[in-house]
Amino acid sequence: MAKYLLLKHYRGPKPLDCPPMDQWTPDEIDAHMAFMGGVIAQLRERGEFVDAQAVSTEGTFVRFDGEGRPPVTDGPFAETKELIAGWVVIDVDSLERAHEAAAYLSSAPGPGGEPIREWIEVRPFLEMPPNVTE
Amino acid sequence: MDELVRELVPQVLGVLVRRGADFATAEDAVQEALVEAVRRWPGAPPDDPKAWLVTVAWRKVVDAGRSESARRAREERVREEPPPGPAEHEDDTLLLLFLCCHPALTPSSAVALTLRAVGGLTTRQIAAAYLVPEATMAQRVSRAKRTVAEAGVGAPGDLRRVLTVLYLVFNEGYTGDVDLAAEAIRLTRMLARESDEPEVAGLLALMLLHHARRAARWDEHGGLVPLADQDRSGWDTALIAEGVDILQAALARDRLGEYQAQAAIAALHCDAPSAEETDWPQILEWYDELLALTDSPVVALNRVVAVGQVDGPLVGLRELEPVPADVPRRTAVEAWLHERAGDLGAAHDLYVRAASAASSTAERDHLTRQAARLRGARG
Repeated sequence: MAKYLLLKHYRGPKPLDCPPMDQWTPDEIDAHMAFMGGVIAQLRERGEFVDAQAVSTEGTFVRFDGEGRPPVTDGPFAETKELIAGWVVIDVDSLERAHEAAAYLSSAPGPGGEPIREWIEVRPFLEMPPNVTE
Repeated sequence: MDELVRELVPQVLGVLVRRGADFATAEDAVQEALVEAVRRWPGAPPDDPKAWLVTVAWRKVVDAGRSESARRAREERVREEPPPGPAEHEDDTLLLLFLCCHPALTPSSAVALTLRAVGGLTTRQIAAAYLVPEATMAQRVSRAKRTVAEAGVGAPGDLRRVLTVLYLVFNEGYTGDVDLAAEAIRLTRMLARESDEPEVAGLLALMLLHHARRAARWDEHGGLVPLADQDRSGWDTALIAEGVDILQAALARDRLGEYQAQAAIAALHCDAPSAEETDWPQILEWYDELLALTDSPVVALNRVVAVGQVDGPLVGLRELEPVPADVPRRTAVEAWLHERAGDLGAAHDLYVRAASAASSTAERDHLTRQAARLRGARG
């Protein structure tokens, strides 16, 4: 078993051929949300679900600025290239299965019920080293 | 009572399943019987706790029949069975273990079911050990039970499969409160008591010989200490002696298998008073045997390390060439061979690459330190 992070970006490696959600009809948004709920339910049912979260688009960069000084903050930035929308963490038997789950997540319906084919980044977790290494 | 229960539960489950109860019903019945035991045993402890549990649990199985036909089928079987008594088969736990490692299950499902039903761990403990939510582990266990119920009992057990599952529990173990490596050893000991297959002994020896070195494998900051740098006085000599005895008895049967060969390699490492005194020529011979048995690219890579020790880094680099590029740790081995060959620049760059491809933080940190060490040496 291995854990994978399925990362939803606001932008993948290439722009989506799909208008932003605020231009969809309410029914299209409902159908999309219901599908996403179904994906999570299916992962739970298969015993593969670990975590799913969405994060606010508004974020701030923070860093240390020396002893006794308040942290330096920067942002929020309206046009960040690498905005993370949210993630799903799964625990599955193989990388192939992780890809399959990510592709299914990416098949969520958009305008006209067509799959939006958004890019999902799949990243393996670093885990404990195995006991037997020789 | 805890220890006793953990020993008895799989045996009782095994009896019920052998009598024809389906897996899920049997497990529920045993749980209910345990609840009764907790209530009654303190006042009136039974002479034979296992027989008591079998009797009570079997009654629950019969009671659990919902449809008439199911009930009829079960009553049929009850009539056929001898009355439950102390003279049940010794190998009931074994039957259960084979069932939990059913070939229809994925490895992760088999692991979960084995730890739950044979290991007697709670779903919460198993979930914590594998860092998943309890509900996810509960679902994995219940799906596994369904799969086993649908696939049916009766197929002859697949010992290879059982050994693979136990190896997985051992090898990917030890997070959380439950010591999965120790649990794998406990289950393998149990299997070894009932089986005279040399590979079972080989697997047990392999586990003991690695477990013996566990304390020395980690430094106080949680960093990984490579074999060559380990403080060998921290190795558990009693476990090593036991592992070597078990391995020698298995090898004497003259039916070599991959676990015995792996255990032989582990034993040779354990046998060396210092890294310099390691008997690499003999380890290389065992890798040749192991490679012939498994044809695994991971074994081929580990064999290259032995080649590097015996025949030098240049021969090692030549033998590394046919090892596929995607084998984990290949770049780390390449870095090490270049370092031994004196090409510190190439070794440094390869350690950096190996670190970024590492599959664990401990390994990544170790490789990063190797790279840092060589950068200093070059400057």
